[in-house]
Amino acid sequence: MSNPSADGDGDMLVRVENLVKYFPVTGGGFIRHTVGQVQAVDDVTLSIPRGKTLGLVGETGSGKSTLARCVAGLIPITSGTVTFDGRDITNLPRRVMRPVRREIQMIFQDPYGSLNPRRRVGSIIGDPFAIHKTATGQERKRRVQELMERVGLNPEHYNRFPAEFSGGQRQRIGVARALALRPKLIICDEPVSALDVSIQAQVLNLLADLQDEFGLSYLFIAHDLEVVRHVSDAVAVMYLGRIAEAGPRDPLYTSPRHPYSTALLSAAPAADPDAAASRQRIILTGDVPSPIDPPRGCRFHPRCPKAQAICGEQEPVLESKPGDPSDHVTACHFPVEAGEQLAAAGRRETP
Amino acid sequence: MTLLEVKDLAVSFPTADGLVQAVRGVSFTVDAGRTLGIVGESGSGKTVLTQTLLGLTPGGQISGSAVFDGVNLLGLPEDKMRRIRGAQISVIFQDPLTSLHPLYRVGWQIAEMIRAHDSSVSKAQAHERAVELLGRVGIPRPELRVNDYPHQFSGGMRQRAMIAMALSLEPKMIIADEPTTALDATVQAQILDLLLRLQQDFNTALILITHDLGVVADIADDVMVMYAGRAAEKATKRDIFYSPHHPYTKGLLESIPSSTAASERLRPIAGQPPSLINLPAGCKFHPRCAYVMDRCLSEEPSLRVVGEDAFHSSACWLPVEAAGLSDRAEELRKETVREGRSDAAAEVAEAIAAAPESEGSVI
Repeated sequence: MSNPSADGDGDMLVRVENLVKYFPVTGGGFIRHTVGQVQAVDDVTLSIPRGKTLGLVGETGSGKSTLARCVAGLIPITSGTVTFDGRDITNLPRRVMRPVRREIQMIFQDPYGSLNPRRRVGSIIGDPFAIHKTATGQERKRRVQELMERVGLNPEHYNRFPAEFSGGQRQRIGVARALALRPKLIICDEPVSALDVSIQAQVLNLLADLQDEFGLSYLFIAHDLEVVRHVSDAVAVMYLGRIAEAGPRDPLYTSPRHPYSTALLSAAPAADPDAAASRQRIILTGDVPSPIDPPRGCRFHPRCPKAQAICGEQEPVLESKPGDPSDHVTACHFPVEAGEQLAAAGRRETP
Repeated sequence: MTLLEVKDLAVSFPTADGLVQAVRGVSFTVDAGRTLGIVGESGSGKTVLTQTLLGLTPGGQISGSAVFDGVNLLGLPEDKMRRIRGAQISVIFQDPLTSLHPLYRVGWQIAEMIRAHDSSVSKAQAHERAVELLGRVGIPRPELRVNDYPHQFSGGMRQRAMIAMALSLEPKMIIADEPTTALDATVQAQILDLLLRLQQDFNTALILITHDLGVVADIADDVMVMYAGRAAEKATKRDIFYSPHHPYTKGLLESIPSSTAASERLRPIAGQPPSLINLPAGCKFHPRCAYVMDRCLSEEPSLRVVGEDAFHSSACWLPVEAAGLSDRAEELRKETVREGRSDAAAEVAEAIAAAPESEGSVI
């Protein structure tokens, strides 16, 4: 079982199989040559059901944004396949890919950097119509204003510039633009992490409403684990380019099996002083190793409190562990048992 | 022991568009060995407040007082301020990459800090001390890493180096401005633990500025919630989280995804923070407040004691008993609002209710 969120094959909008993305590292003097590979995404398999949300969590450098860009077809894939709506879209030529792009849209993290400051909001949101030649003139304006209204912006502000809007409103502009061509999948790459908490809640509610209304699927990337828990139906935890654990949201959050997910969840700050005081925190030592030269065997073993000799030699298979439902998969030789205390648990100190 | 006592601090900046009222009368105290968390959204004045204490707000019109260890920091001549800044009060900023000089070795930067304040320390001694400090904050093999440049450090290590630098002169107080915002969850946990442990070792006072209530819940003792340049509520950590009085505090707590069951609708605060040039009349929170009443439109409430603990104070017209997240408190709030709301306030309330999900007008 290597398909984290499969619950009936026909219902899958996106299927990613054995996806690998390496970036070459060049070196040398006058003659540049490849001296290594950044193994940004290494053998990832997952799928996103129609109308559902797959949350993707992991630390900086775990490969989650690269994976998202591969799914969106923005960068070529080293190997593996991406199937979208029953069609293989792996490394399609530009011209063939273009109609598919209508159905896959992205919302980016930085609402300041992702909107052209010199263009009016109406024309930014109207861009998709222009590029795909689906609406012009008054028709385009009408549809843009409809979109603005739908995402909670005042349609009269059609002619304003991005600088006249606050961060949360700019993120709504990004949502309107993504929504313009009625996509089936929206990839949200840290869509709320630049926003204040009260505004963040407004945008998350908007995304939930749009999902209900248009039957959208989301690939939702965020480093805030509580946000991911709130929006996702299924969650995949990435570490150094690989999926450490994936499964339906609730079992994964309440009883994570991979020591890395366990540590990650225990480290997330909870806005509740009593919970914070009584929590068993697992503080991981050290930093994430370089993806140019990832550790042999299990990539997490140098930081893992449960690591044994085999972890440094043999790569664990991503599979369902005894007692787990078939769609809850873990890549670990020694998965965490219910009620188990990890070695470093409860200690409030660093190495 | 009170280390810092700030009274009625106000800071405003004259600009071409008008006077920006960044901080509008804030008072608080910080004791040695304790942590004060200052929470607020962007533009609530939390950063300007602490930078003013360090004399880092040139061009600002400043009033009030800030007595640190017997010395009023406001209006202190620059040469005297330099002796305090770094040596007695040090700062940890949000972004460790831009706070370290990219062309100098990390160890050199720590050593320079030590020698700038005490020229009797030799270069070799300062270097030795830098190695010791890096080891103390958990950098592996500090004797080698001391010669690295900032880009050779990871984000978490850079923040550790910043903390090492902040500790180098054993300050009485550390101001940490969003110290973990740029870091991943596991690294954040490491850094918060480190701050807490060092605070215990040195009995340092800590002012922690953050927008993340999770961080506050983790390591603060007392909390001040700021809104539009003023303290909306001040209390111990437990009172803030379990019996908030100010509707803004309550709104912040309810906006966090973890406070609602997964998949349920979140309860955001309607609207957005006001412009600091053109503040609304009365209570500055009233255009976003679900409990808006007539008097909120014209009279700005000041802080008053609302809890059993005299330290718990809130700047809101709701009755003092209306604190907490219980049904009874909510009933009391609603009842008060029914009595205190007539035409003008009812209109504001309707506008808030009509557009709870949109962000009101363009700034």
